Amino acid sequence: MERLGRKPIIVVENLTARFGSDTILQNVNFEVYEGEIFVILGGSGCGKSTLMKHMIGLYETESGKVVIQGIDMTKADERQLKQIRLDIGVAFQSGGLFGSMTLAENVALPLQEYTDLSPETINLVVKMKLGMVNLAGYENHLPEELSGGMKKRAGLARAMALDPTVLFFDEPSAGLDPITSAELDSLIKSIRAGIGTTMVIVTHELQSIFNIADRIIMLDKEAKGIIAEGDPRWLKDNSTDPRVKAFFNRKVLEQERQET
Amino acid sequence: MDTEKTYTIHVQGQRAGEVFLSLSGRIEVGNLHLFVSETDALIDQMAPGKLLVNLSNLEYLDSAGALGLLQLEDRARAKSIPFQFNNVSERATRIMSLVNRKALAMKPLAGEKKSNIIEQIGNGSLKIFNDFVSVITFLGDLLTALLYSFMHPRSVRWEDLLFYLKRAGVEGLPIVGLISFLLGLIIAFMSSLQLRQFGANIYVASLVGVAMVSELGPIMTAIIVAGRTGSAFAAEIGTMKVNEEVDALVAMGFDPTHFLAVPKVLAAMVAVPILTLYSDFFGIGGGLVVGVLGLDLTVYTYIQETMSVISVTSICKGLLKSAVFAVLISGIGCQRGFQVRGGAEAVGSATTSAVVAAIFLIIVTDSAFAILFTYI
Repeated sequence: MERLGRKPIIVVENLTARFGSDTILQNVNFEVYEGEIFVILGGSGCGKSTLMKHMIGLYETESGKVVIQGIDMTKADERQLKQIRLDIGVAFQSGGLFGSMTLAENVALPLQEYTDLSPETINLVVKMKLGMVNLAGYENHLPEELSGGMKKRAGLARAMALDPTVLFFDEPSAGLDPITSAELDSLIKSIRAGIGTTMVIVTHELQSIFNIADRIIMLDKEAKGIIAEGDPRWLKDNSTDPRVKAFFNRKVLEQERQET
Repeated sequence: MDTEKTYTIHVQGQRAGEVFLSLSGRIEVGNLHLFVSETDALIDQMAPGKLLVNLSNLEYLDSAGALGLLQLEDRARAKSIPFQFNNVSERATRIMSLVNRKALAMKPLAGEKKSNIIEQIGNGSLKIFNDFVSVITFLGDLLTALLYSFMHPRSVRWEDLLFYLKRAGVEGLPIVGLISFLLGLIIAFMSSLQLRQFGANIYVASLVGVAMVSELGPIMTAIIVAGRTGSAFAAEIGTMKVNEEVDALVAMGFDPTHFLAVPKVLAAMVAVPILTLYSDFFGIGGGLVVGVLGLDLTVYTYIQETMSVISVTSICKGLLKSAVFAVLISGIGCQRGFQVRGGAEAVGSATTSAVVAAIFLIIVTDSAFAILFTYI
């Protein structure tokens, strides 16, 4: 029932990722603790989404370990991978919804596959999940009939269908207006507060980071790994690394310009 | 996910119609249905004057479990039974606050798309009509774009044309060659069984030659190209539609038909007749193998007989047909691609539709050519 324990739920050790001969990440090490909102941050092309996809076992790692709930994803067999995947939810950048299915069918899919609930009960849970992400009434809509923000929320509802222990969310703010983005941030916080889900979020939106993150790691393309780790507010004020300072300051300037 | 019962409902006591229930263990998505049915049965069985539910021993509650508890409260209230949760932990309160009760009662904004048979017939007819209009419109667009390309050859994307020439033509050579060879072989073998009885072995060469050059060569090649290339064109343009690449072209002031369809159609118009010649050659080759190995004909005799029945006109007729088939296959492939709306499923149906429509049009057009060539 504790909200922010210090028990690591994900441990990444010496992770190296390559695409062909290109090394994207080299010897990356970090831990994600139970119940925290952990943000992977960095500029475009620094390997944020690649890191996330390695963490959820979509890509094969060159070397290193990704241990989730005590199971090493890089060495897990199919049975273990399935067990872990039941315990994690993934919300993709563009929703990742199945275009041929209605929202209700999309959200119902994991419930149908992994539970013995009756269709009526599944329908009720689906309504509840869609209500949770403010999409009540959109059960019979197809993904193509929704805006980008709605698709992300529907993707979140599907990822949360089984109340996973860890939720991975790729670029929740990308392509959204500031108000929709802020709504999504508050939704993420309310889900964490309500269910206690550990969140691993990939983003480069500074406002969003300050709104939601307990802790961040910042990746850098040149360094091929982590150049900063910790509380984003502390890093913004105290980091001496010029790359970190440049990232935060440039973004702050951009925001100030937008605000004025 | 387990569906075993991981919670217990303990009736702590009854006093003056008040029933005290104590919940312990885990109430979660896997056993929600059990919880709902059990609590329903309890309410019906005990008919309490008031229901008090103690949550102090609850170990775990997920959002579906919270939904179950709130449903229990709603059902009790629906039966006018006063209801109260006791010892609700902070976490349980937070989870229950995530459940939006208004959302549960809200009707879907869009109804389920069900229609009666009359509506279905009407919709089907409209779809066929709209499809016809769309094909004709695209054909007009395509002919205009082709005319423009002939008048302004520099506007054609020649690099794309060469690329599609390779994809539709060169890469199709092995399969067209193999299928045509086997087709020639089969025709020769089957006909030889009959003709041998009359001592007319030599006519196997005539039969294979005429059949391949006039009909089977152009048709088989067209069907193979429809399956390989027409479908690829539909999938490629369809995916571009889904990725808004076609919209980007329009927004930049390009004509998508000229930009995307013309190189494909021109490439097909060049590749398909060449593939047809190739098919004719391999078909005759297949017949030759049967003739030489099975019918004791010499290579020279077989070729002489074949050449005596094949005229330049018949070859040209076959090539003309195949050029028309090429326009149909590539045109319908592109048109189906441009029709895509939605996602991956729409691309899949466009691809299927491109192949089916192309084969249908090939057969219909071939029938028209058969009549036309008979009377000309």
